[in-house]
Amino acid sequence: MKKLNTLHSTAIPLPIENIDTDQIIPARFLKATNKSGFGENLFRDWRYNKDGSENEDFILNNEDYSGEILVAGNNFGCGSSREHAAWALEDYGFRVIISSYFADIFKGNALNNGILPIQVSKEVLNQILHEVDNDPKTLLTVDLENQELKVESTGISTAFEIDSYKKMCLLNGYDDIDFLLSKKEKIEAFEASRTLG
Amino acid sequence: MKKTLFDKVWDSHVVDTVPDGPQILYIDKHLIHEVTSPQAFAELEERNIPLFRKEQVVATADHNVPTKDQHLPIQDLLSKKQVEMLSENCEKHGVTLYGLGHPYQGIVHVMAPELGITQPGMTMVCGDSHTSTHGAFGTIAFGIGTSQVAQVFASQCLLLSKPKSMRITVNGKLKKNVLPKDVILYIIAKLGTNSGTGYFVEYAGDVFENMSMEGRMTVCNMSIEMGARGGMIAPDQTTFDYVKGREFAPKGEEFDKKVAYWKTLPTDEGAEFDLEYEFDAADIDPIITYGTNPGMGMGITESIPEQDDPTFRKSLEYMGLKQGEQLLGKKINYVFIGSCTNSRIEDFKIAASYIRGKQKAPNVNALIVPGSQQVARQIKEEGLQEIFEAAGFEIRQSGCSACLGMNEDKIPAGEYCVSTSNRNFEGRQGQGARTILASPLVAAATAVNGSIVDISAEVETTEFAS
Repeated sequence: MKKLNTLHSTAIPLPIENIDTDQIIPARFLKATNKSGFGENLFRDWRYNKDGSENEDFILNNEDYSGEILVAGNNFGCGSSREHAAWALEDYGFRVIISSYFADIFKGNALNNGILPIQVSKEVLNQILHEVDNDPKTLLTVDLENQELKVESTGISTAFEIDSYKKMCLLNGYDDIDFLLSKKEKIEAFEASRTLG
Repeated sequence: MKKTLFDKVWDSHVVDTVPDGPQILYIDKHLIHEVTSPQAFAELEERNIPLFRKEQVVATADHNVPTKDQHLPIQDLLSKKQVEMLSENCEKHGVTLYGLGHPYQGIVHVMAPELGITQPGMTMVCGDSHTSTHGAFGTIAFGIGTSQVAQVFASQCLLLSKPKSMRITVNGKLKKNVLPKDVILYIIAKLGTNSGTGYFVEYAGDVFENMSMEGRMTVCNMSIEMGARGGMIAPDQTTFDYVKGREFAPKGEEFDKKVAYWKTLPTDEGAEFDLEYEFDAADIDPIITYGTNPGMGMGITESIPEQDDPTFRKSLEYMGLKQGEQLLGKKINYVFIGSCTNSRIEDFKIAASYIRGKQKAPNVNALIVPGSQQVARQIKEEGLQEIFEAAGFEIRQSGCSACLGMNEDKIPAGEYCVSTSNRNFEGRQGQGARTILASPLVAAATAVNGSIVDISAEVETTEFAS
């Protein structure tokens, strides 16, 4: 897993609520048996018209906007558990997603793929969306070590929460498998101790 | 300390707690399918990690399989490769597979309960968000991503923080023709699509106590549609009777011992929940959805609410509907009865009870997709096949089908589909398809009438229902 510590980047605003994983990556693209290449079809049906041409109104097709940070509306990543959604975002180049709410399964999938979901209040989300919308060059700084998100143009900083174990994983590029394998003895002892449950 | 059903099952599966971090939760049963497992198997192989407890893993092919001519090679080459890879991986790692053509094959959340793999008090996971279905048995069951599939392969455990607890109580008598699907669509419409995020739900009250296991599965299945990782219902005599005698259920004395344990699982009197909601059964009407998330539901005779925000407007624009509009009388060309939400025998009995002696409307394409090979056999044996065929419905073979449109079963762009599935997201049933979620009874009535009708005004039709 890729490490993440600090990130300075412009951001792409997507102020739609309840963006589900079917929008992030539609089911017809889940037939692949590896993890790579999903970025091509990220937000496929919003990004492209039916005839395959680019939908000029969609933000990812707006040349003014770029960056490794996606700023999305409330309840991002709801619906299907498909990790392909996280793979698609990562493959496209996103390392941080900011929203006022994340669906549980997506949040876990993102963290397992080196993507940091940052949850902020609705007010802060609206401020960031406003700044980024007004000026695509708006720089954001994410400081994972200090759990701080800063909008450089306004100087406003926001603290964010992250589970300390997951923070350690992200800072060091560790994943859960290594950790669980190191607990094999405890797991076997647990199995041996079980009666009915 | 007083404990909830969820506490009891969770706490009995905690292997260890990471200081200031998550817990290591032991997983009893791991269900896998062709779409979310290949990358997890690949991860094991890349890192040279053996599958830790292969006897606790059960596989089936469901998401990406055709529902016609399952005995022939799969036409779509990518789908074929994915399904073949599942067979190869299962063989290589010694995992039991109920693949295409096997009498036990079916949608993972239909197949496992009917085989008695799902039992009260267990922890179960699957790389599919509707794993919450199994909570109907008093099981902690939830969907996971593929990285977590690999973690369970490697260690039979997951690293998780214990979710908060929510109880949703519904008491009273349900109105005529109001089904379990309507109950859960009502709850989601009332609470919203992210109301359950961070929570595990327990459904309580006499409405759930009086429900069949099939109905409880429909309810728990859609817990994820309000954002909850899972939903549970306390195991009771209905649960024990359902499990008893099934293929992989405990037998004889072992079963009795298990029942004695399962009886200790219900929430203690006075146990506290982080959040509680209560609803009155009498307030629930047959529900249909009008938007692009399952929380956008309303009573079948109601009008679409008026709301001024861009997400709401975008949703209605996609659906081709207007604020204030009523859907009664809306012409519908597609009806889908299937999916892990409503493809069990009881669902088809209810649909057949309405359809019997009637014809589908000429404009309607009506698809019946059984949840499993076993359900398909029951449809034949119990005489439902004649009813559906005489009415002009098309009966297919089991799989996820038009719920997510990964195979050929898609709804054309711009068309409305009254569907018994669980998600009405944009493009879910095919690019541009417009999904209206409903119960099997509303779906059956729509197919017969060719438009949405007020099922609550219809006569009693549930002679088939148990």
